Amino acid sequence: MSVPTVPPTGAPTITRGGRGSLIGAGGLALVVVLLAAVVPYVVTLGALSSLVMLFALVILGTTWNLLAGYGGIVSVGQQAYVGVGGYALIQLADAVGAPPWAAVLAAGVIGAAVALPTSYLVFRLAGGYLAIGTWVVAEVFRLVTMQIDGLGGGSGLSLTAFRGTDRVDRVAFVYWFALALMVAVVLGTYLLMRSRVGLGLTAIRDDRVAAGSLGVAVDRGRRLVYVAGSAGAALAGALIALSTLGVTPGSIYSVSWTAAMIFIVVVGGIGTIEGPLVGAVVYWALQQALAPLGTWYLVVLGVVAVAVVLLAPRGLWGLVAGRFQLFPTTYRVRSGRI
Amino acid sequence: MDWLNAGVQGVLLGGQYALLACGLSLIFGVMRIVNLAHGVLAVLAAYLSLFLVQQGLPLWLAVVVVVPVFAALGYAVQRGLFNPALAQVRARGAGGDSRGGGSRGAGELAPLLVSFGVAVALTSLLQEVFSADTRRIPTGDLASAGVPLGPLSVGLLPLITLVVAVAVIAGVQLFLARTPTGRAMRAVADDPGAAALTGVDPRHMYAVATAVAFATLALAGVFVGMSTQFSPGYGDLVLLFAFEAVIIGGLGSLWGTLAGGVVLGVAQTIGAQIDPQSGVLAGHLVFLAVLVVRPGGLLPRSVPA
Repeated sequence: MSVPTVPPTGAPTITRGGRGSLIGAGGLALVVVLLAAVVPYVVTLGALSSLVMLFALVILGTTWNLLAGYGGIVSVGQQAYVGVGGYALIQLADAVGAPPWAAVLAAGVIGAAVALPTSYLVFRLAGGYLAIGTWVVAEVFRLVTMQIDGLGGGSGLSLTAFRGTDRVDRVAFVYWFALALMVAVVLGTYLLMRSRVGLGLTAIRDDRVAAGSLGVAVDRGRRLVYVAGSAGAALAGALIALSTLGVTPGSIYSVSWTAAMIFIVVVGGIGTIEGPLVGAVVYWALQQALAPLGTWYLVVLGVVAVAVVLLAPRGLWGLVAGRFQLFPTTYRVRSGRI
Repeated sequence: MDWLNAGVQGVLLGGQYALLACGLSLIFGVMRIVNLAHGVLAVLAAYLSLFLVQQGLPLWLAVVVVVPVFAALGYAVQRGLFNPALAQVRARGAGGDSRGGGSRGAGELAPLLVSFGVAVALTSLLQEVFSADTRRIPTGDLASAGVPLGPLSVGLLPLITLVVAVAVIAGVQLFLARTPTGRAMRAVADDPGAAALTGVDPRHMYAVATAVAFATLALAGVFVGMSTQFSPGYGDLVLLFAFEAVIIGGLGSLWGTLAGGVVLGVAQTIGAQIDPQSGVLAGHLVFLAVLVVRPGGLLPRSVPA
């Protein structure tokens, strides 16, 4: 028996992140500062509204990535929670009279509260069948919403809480609030993934059975991810309703929200925190650029998504950055030898 | 009498759903892929037959053309898209690369994501080419013809659909049980590695399975196109109905799928009898109820396919 000999050098160092991550995080912080302090004063109101949509897309992508990238749950029914969030916002702001910021946060909580019992239902299905099962649930939400007269039936609701507010004030408020919410969701996801729970989730992502045999609470982890991801979708739905001043069951419960989430995560890089950021910017830019082409842009999106899954399965972030982590979640061992 | 009528119509509608679900069930059974493009492909078949009929072909000839075209399409889609996606699942299962803390890519989600991309692209493409207007394949008197059945009148077209559905399911079942190709297909479904050792090429077998599935799907699409007003977006509903039929019936059982389709059809027509707006919702709710009460479905795994 020969024992592999280790050269007698200094002890190996274990690091998380590094100079690159710090510089990257600094750059990202600079972007956020620019978005908060400079951009609102130099672009048009229309552009601000469109940026609100980008922030909502980042939230949608980040939270869908939590589901699929870490929980292994491919939900094609997240539009259920986008819809719940949108309707909850309008009901809370208009009927209850809550201030809009509180109504958005409460909409997220309501999304989580609805997701918890729903998870027991959809988790009876596995893999791909779970995907369509969540879609059925979303359809049930949409059809039930349309049956309730108090929710405007088939024609939806419009937001009246902002009536009397100056348009500039309103757009500026929604913009800053959406930016803050996006930063909070991304940072929250990062902190979650750095924690002990996040380590368990990463293990579940890599191998569910092995993770379970090592004592990771797989079911609890997946349920947590489903509830958190659905709360995020509800937050985004509330933001969308706040920005567009209304909801219709056809658009807020549309499966195209989930299509957007899937595109953002797959193209950006599934299972990374950075990927959905990249993916959301790409999706948003494509949407802006291809808008004159009508539905052709969806054809392009579908084809690009298929190509990325088959040719660059780690997404744009994996392709460009490789091992580099802007949001360092994992430790790396470096040999002590100089 | 209205209720009895609704029940009978539901059973017949179930035939259509079972025919739609047959291909979904087969693809899942053989290679564990859930094809999210299933619904929109059925609608594509309906549009193709409509186009051929508009060019002056008789309907039966359009079907004779569309079904083999779809079988070929299925073979090509499997070789070109699904097999590479499945290769990623295997690569990950075998350890794959786990460099750094980064992601290993889509892994086992790859086939699902590919089929979703296809569904999104194809739906929008159909919308560009054929517009979002609803269409229907002209059938002459067939759609309105009825057959007296006791005190009721049963539509001839739904009756034909049910008969075709039973014939197709029996045919696929016989194919899997009795033919050498069917045997090889079941072997590949059980263990592709071991099957390859005996000289069966799993990639070819997968492609044959998808070709068969697409052929049944095309046939189902034509029947949908004759009996319903369809549009490019109708594929979403088709996918959901087919899926519900599979789950209600029980995974891995084609006869279960037929039973599931009938249960779903009856739920929808009875629901619509209670409230005309709520037929589809009633179907969804019965599906969810089955999920709660009998998650394995009504007839689970009577035949491993």
